[in-house]
Amino acid sequence: MINTFIGNLGHLMTIVAFVSALVTAFAYYQYFKANELEKKSWQRFSRISFYIHAVSSTMIAFSLFEIIYNHRFEYFYAYSHSSKALPVHYMISSFWEGQEGAFILWIFWNVVLGLILIHTNKLWEAPVMIVFALVQAFLVSMILGVVVGDLKIGSSPFILLRDATQAPVFQINPDFVPEDGTGLNPLLQNIWMVIHPPTLFLGYASTLVPFAFLIGGLAMKRYSEWIRPALPWAIFSAMILGMGILMGAYWAYVTLNFGGYWNWDPVENAVYVPWLILVAAVHTMITFKKSSTALKTSMVLVILSFILVLYATFLVRSGVLGDASVHSFTDLGLSGQLLIYMLFFTAVALFFTIRSWKYIPTSEREASVYSREFWIFIGATTLGLMGFQVILPTSIPAWNALVESFGGISNLAPPADQVEFYTKFQLWFGIALALLTAVGQFFWWQKMDKKALKDALLTPYIISVVIAALVIVLTKVYDWRYMIIVIAGTFTIVANSVILSRLLKRSTFKLAGGSLAHIGLGMILIGIMFSSGYSETISINMSGLTYSNSWEDELNKEHVLLWINKPTQMKDYTVIYRGRQKKVVGVPEYVPAKILESTGNVNEAIALEDFKDYFKKGEVVELVLEENDYFKIDYFQNEVLKFSLAPMSQFNEGMGGLISSPDSKIYLNRDLYTYVAAMNDYSDPEWKEDEFYEVTPDEQFHIADFVTYFDGAEVLNQVEDYVLQEGDVAVRANLRILDYDVEKVLQPTFIIRNNQVGKIPVVDNELGIRVTLDNILPEQNKFVFKVNRYQKDYVVMKAIVKPYINILWLGSIITLIGFTVAIYRRFDEFKKMRDKGME
Amino acid sequence: MKKGHLVGIGIIAIAIIIIMTSIGDASSYETFETALVMKQSGNDKAIHVVGQLKKNESGEVIGLNVREDKTSFTFLLVDNEGTEQEVFYNEPVPADFIRSESVVVIGSYKNEDIFIADKILMKCPSKYQETEVQAAGM
Repeated sequence: MINTFIGNLGHLMTIVAFVSALVTAFAYYQYFKANELEKKSWQRFSRISFYIHAVSSTMIAFSLFEIIYNHRFEYFYAYSHSSKALPVHYMISSFWEGQEGAFILWIFWNVVLGLILIHTNKLWEAPVMIVFALVQAFLVSMILGVVVGDLKIGSSPFILLRDATQAPVFQINPDFVPEDGTGLNPLLQNIWMVIHPPTLFLGYASTLVPFAFLIGGLAMKRYSEWIRPALPWAIFSAMILGMGILMGAYWAYVTLNFGGYWNWDPVENAVYVPWLILVAAVHTMITFKKSSTALKTSMVLVILSFILVLYATFLVRSGVLGDASVHSFTDLGLSGQLLIYMLFFTAVALFFTIRSWKYIPTSEREASVYSREFWIFIGATTLGLMGFQVILPTSIPAWNALVESFGGISNLAPPADQVEFYTKFQLWFGIALALLTAVGQFFWWQKMDKKALKDALLTPYIISVVIAALVIVLTKVYDWRYMIIVIAGTFTIVANSVILSRLLKRSTFKLAGGSLAHIGLGMILIGIMFSSGYSETISINMSGLTYSNSWEDELNKEHVLLWINKPTQMKDYTVIYRGRQKKVVGVPEYVPAKILESTGNVNEAIALEDFKDYFKKGEVVELVLEENDYFKIDYFQNEVLKFSLAPMSQFNEGMGGLISSPDSKIYLNRDLYTYVAAMNDYSDPEWKEDEFYEVTPDEQFHIADFVTYFDGAEVLNQVEDYVLQEGDVAVRANLRILDYDVEKVLQPTFIIRNNQVGKIPVVDNELGIRVTLDNILPEQNKFVFKVNRYQKDYVVMKAIVKPYINILWLGSIITLIGFTVAIYRRFDEFKKMRDKGME
Repeated sequence: MKKGHLVGIGIIAIAIIIIMTSIGDASSYETFETALVMKQSGNDKAIHVVGQLKKNESGEVIGLNVREDKTSFTFLLVDNEGTEQEVFYNEPVPADFIRSESVVVIGSYKNEDIFIADKILMKCPSKYQETEVQAAGM
């Protein structure tokens, strides 16, 4: 039965949220303009209006989740993003897999931030909330799903399947509800995908806060006061956005099999750029607080970071990237709306900036080379150029679309080798940043002239050169560019550690944010250099095949073909593929897939054999995501089993075939990263022509390449899955087949009933053979076996060693801690001023 | 000259370098015909070609030739002008390759007979169309 109530509720709440956002904006504008007498009542009205908006926005999220959670597949969103087999935490991922869900998440975070701002600010409430409410109106309009004439505003997640598709089944039965959904994209079935999007969207949402304070400041003609309340939020936003990016990188590393954590994909670039600009903004804002310079720069950077987030959203969600990205979204017809959203706030920002530009205080004094302002400015510029270098080629598809919309033709394509293209610039910018943060920190904490600088830098310089030399020699870094990275990275770590230890000795931990974040930066730089620059494919040129054409021989084959049970040498390891495995609920290890048989119900299988102490033969067990296969790859060194890896793959019809995820062996100083690139499909084998073997008991013979022993036959009193009648004769042959170190017993059965013969063949998918006991010749004491071959099970695998990747993760964590300390300090400052009644 | 001007000139210089290299390193969309002309004139730059896999009358993909060690393969791609070309890809066959609606190959001609793809992008049937098929089948 179709439940229309919950969808109607969700849709109604969307409309309420949209209207209340507009009312809130209007009410706060009145509050802002009102005289002292009326202020109180307008404030109350505005707040109530925003509370209504908050409640309705939450209800939108609730309605959508209710639809997914209760498997209401009559709704298009649930049907196309979830399925019955999903555990609850992945239903959360289903929620934001679609674009509409992602917008709801964004709306929700803005509501949370708005509520916090209302209750932590006095003077700033009205102007900031006007901006907030307008942004909310735009965001809610994206999921409004209202059609006015030919104009479609927003794409509602609450439409029914029958309205979304023209499937003929709905003409016969409008109340048809599909049995199951098409499921969540398996790549998103990962714990990082449960927490990465909320983090990233909180990052997106929070860029609004400094922007709103800035616009509020300009509107109130408080041209510089906005910095204090905005600063902790800018740092917060930079931290969360950075954390979101890192989680995305980590998710890509553990889930996607492109062999790394960063691919310079347009979608990644589109978030990386606003983050760089935001970090630059944070630095100039801090400078302004200290020495009243760089206000204009701060304004421009804050506006840019907010607009760039909208631009990123536009790029990713308008479909303009098309072929250029592996994970852009399809166009939901929102591109026009997204463009208006972006242009509206660009126009608002431009209007206020231009109007107040001449009133903005600037310092006439030329910044000296020995001043911190100078170095911060250079640092911010470097960050800006870094962003510029990335956003320019990323925008090529948008540029093509623009040219084409004016009737032109543009055949410009993004750089063919994106990784190489971006790295050759970002590498040097990274080195420049590391050196700047090292030097800059000294300028920051003490007055400098030529001599003081020399004294301050000499010791850290010597220490870091010594350490860098050791690192270079011990880890064999012989590429000159990478040597410079090691030196620059070490220098920033040492210099900032010196500052950190001084700060801790002299004052409190509260001031340590900057130096901590910069130490992390140095580690990130070094970690990236090692793990990417020295990543080594060890599954290379293993086949020993020569090709008919010479050019093909020159190419490196970066994958290895592993036949089941066959040992293959791979660099320092001998690897053996041992077959497929499944995850079973309540069993801490993987279970061989061949001992499980699906019952036909979702995620349910029957055990064909006992498995350790966990379950017995014949028991029904529950699988964790039945489509997932984990390929068991054993790694030996000197004939000793060192470890097993289980890269995953999932065959998902609804999602377009096969999707696989890597598995890594993690050492302290390196990761061994492996993934399966291709595998055998034995679901519908094409059996080759019949082969017949006549054998006597205890004879040894060969089936294909396998040494086979015929251990005789026995007469059975009962046969599984078959009821024997009076007079029936059932004979079972025992074949022992050797495949390397594995021995398999195959037992084909032969049944005679009233001169009729029934044969029950045995299929072994791993060996790729089907054996039938075809005939029994009692007078010759011979048994005839019919054998059909397919092919042995195999996987094609890639293995990469990534040295010192843990330095990258550790550096990331230290940077985030640094940010957190800085947020605490800056918010504390703001609170003290506010409580003094200053703002 | 003031320091500020020097810094300004430096920034502008770097920005110009960035713009020039972005244009210089940008790839382009070509057809096999223009790509071959590029190769013959000595230009080895990697370019993009959009096309479809070659299919027979009953819609089955033909010309797919997987190497014995399964780590590389060749296939026939028909570009938007109708030119057919054998393409070599030094990776195992991507899982949903045969089902793809259109294929973008990024690479260049090795010699006049074979185009080597460094990278392949596939556009697969969108979920919306698939929904119709599945719902119809139910």
